[in-house]
Amino acid sequence: MISLVQNEMIKLVRKKRLLIVTLIMGVLISMFTYAQLRETQRLQEKLGTTDWRSTLQQEIIDTQNRLSGSQISDDWRKQLEIRVAQQQYYLDNDINPSEPGAPTFVRGFIENAIQLLLPLMIMIIAADLVSSEYSLGSIKVLLTRPVKRWKILLSKYITLVMSVSFLILMFGVLSYLISGIVFGFKGWTAPILTGFSVQGNDLNTADVHLISQWRYILMEFGLAWFVSLVVGTLAFMLSVLIKSTAAGMGVMLACLIAGTILSSMVSSWNSAKYLFMVNLNLTSYLQGTAPPTEGMTLGFSLGVLTIWGLAGLLVSFLVFTKKDVY
Amino acid sequence: MSEVTLSVKGLKKVIGKREIIKNIDFELKRGEVFGFLGPNGAGKTTTIRMLVGLIRPTAGSISICGYSVSKQFTKAMEHIGCIVENPELYPYLSGWENLQHFSRMIPSMTEERIHEVVALVGLQERIHDLVRTYSLGMRQRLGIAQALLGKPKVLILDEPTNGLDPSGIRDMRKFIRFLAESEGLSVLVSSHLLSEIQLMCDRVAIIAKGEVIHTESVKTLLTQQERLLWKLDPQPAGIDVLKQVTDFVQVQGEYVTTFYEEAEVGEWNKQLIQAGVTVKEMNRKLPTLEDLFIEMTGGESID
Repeated sequence: MISLVQNEMIKLVRKKRLLIVTLIMGVLISMFTYAQLRETQRLQEKLGTTDWRSTLQQEIIDTQNRLSGSQISDDWRKQLEIRVAQQQYYLDNDINPSEPGAPTFVRGFIENAIQLLLPLMIMIIAADLVSSEYSLGSIKVLLTRPVKRWKILLSKYITLVMSVSFLILMFGVLSYLISGIVFGFKGWTAPILTGFSVQGNDLNTADVHLISQWRYILMEFGLAWFVSLVVGTLAFMLSVLIKSTAAGMGVMLACLIAGTILSSMVSSWNSAKYLFMVNLNLTSYLQGTAPPTEGMTLGFSLGVLTIWGLAGLLVSFLVFTKKDVY
Repeated sequence: MSEVTLSVKGLKKVIGKREIIKNIDFELKRGEVFGFLGPNGAGKTTTIRMLVGLIRPTAGSISICGYSVSKQFTKAMEHIGCIVENPELYPYLSGWENLQHFSRMIPSMTEERIHEVVALVGLQERIHDLVRTYSLGMRQRLGIAQALLGKPKVLILDEPTNGLDPSGIRDMRKFIRFLAESEGLSVLVSSHLLSEIQLMCDRVAIIAKGEVIHTESVKTLLTQQERLLWKLDPQPAGIDVLKQVTDFVQVQGEYVTTFYEEAEVGEWNKQLIQAGVTVKEMNRKLPTLEDLFIEMTGGESID
């Protein structure tokens, strides 16, 4: 088994997939770092101060102004109200929600990347793990060796799990290093409030407690790893089912993008919460923003994703071991 | 010579409602090259894919060195090496890395064995180059090296000379004969060219529409099917002479066709000359695959 995984790792590395994905990540992180820098500078110019309290106060006022306008949809209004309540809570407790420094950037970045960017990167790797063997024709050599088919697929899946872990790690390391050059490397121990929960239209602060930023980031990366693994598993299944890598990627891409669109629309379609793609934004539960539709909690989303992942894995193995290869 | 290495009994494959393979039976013996002759679409490749476990047969059994492909897959696969259609290996790895890759999938492999097979197919000089840079002939040889890694008793080659140049084809033929005669392998070669099968096989199975319509040793097949074309002057007198010495005389334009019977044609020729007939041309001719089929299926065409 180890030698099979070794085979798969060699192929993955020699195809330069990992390298390409890491490079894409590096480029994107640099871009976002620069954007973040410009944003901070703009705020400072506008307010003429570097004190975070006045910045936060200004943000609250801005949001409240928007809320008083009549053009806002109910969903969006709810989101904004909860955000204001949260910001006010930070202000009242004299805690800076965005302590300057690389760790804060990493935290913000993973929160934004978990729903689309990370799954896309994982998809690039997972979508051609099996289907590339078909398009090359090497599957015929691979399956006529004295090794059972399920072992070959398992070795590929283990490779996937390893590359997901590697990419999440690289994501963290790269975003820390690149943003650290600009924002400084400090801020791991800054306090973060977590435990907000949304009940109806109100923000419940009963369970709110302080944890240090590194623990918070660790939790977020754990969730990101899980989301990536599930998306990877589903892309892997498509790779088994569809012989063409491009078609498999297309289907997965459509699902992911549909997920981001649906998340902002499903408040009136409650049963959509059982779709995997609206459950990807796990970190929002830590932040305490309102979920896309009622009845969604961290536990619920984890459950839905687990079921989708297991089903995907089951289908992959059943199909792969039974399929006729032409 | 009589040890059976591969045996196929009652093999069938139904896809949807179409019977693609209908009841195929044959056996391969140690040290022989067995030809699988049939037009494109006759079911050669489908049969070969069933032999190596890529496709599940609907009915029938396949055993390799006594191990059933469906029940003892890994045991059976240890004794077989194959190239199905083109030799498809990883273009982004070197030849050596490809061999290493597949050797990791075979129990108790040593590095010496990889050196051995590389030397056997004569790829020593380019083995560390990327496969992407190989010519088709080299890829074909690397494919064979890969198939030979596990010291198989049965080697299956699907259209091994497809796309090779004449010298490549000759080398391949020699190599296949060498494997069977010196290494004692059973080799199954599929082809749609009779000339090819004639040059390298000991026995041949002719397959059409998913059925084996004839299994025969190549020698017998040829002596049965070979024809002799005569160009005679004057023709009518010549035909009379030939009709006296042999039963089968056919006239096709300016040629007269008889069976080719090595022991007797000299005598026939002598008689023609004595009768004052000039023999302008004597031509031994191998029937085309199409002729064979028409002969064997009683006039049905290939498709």
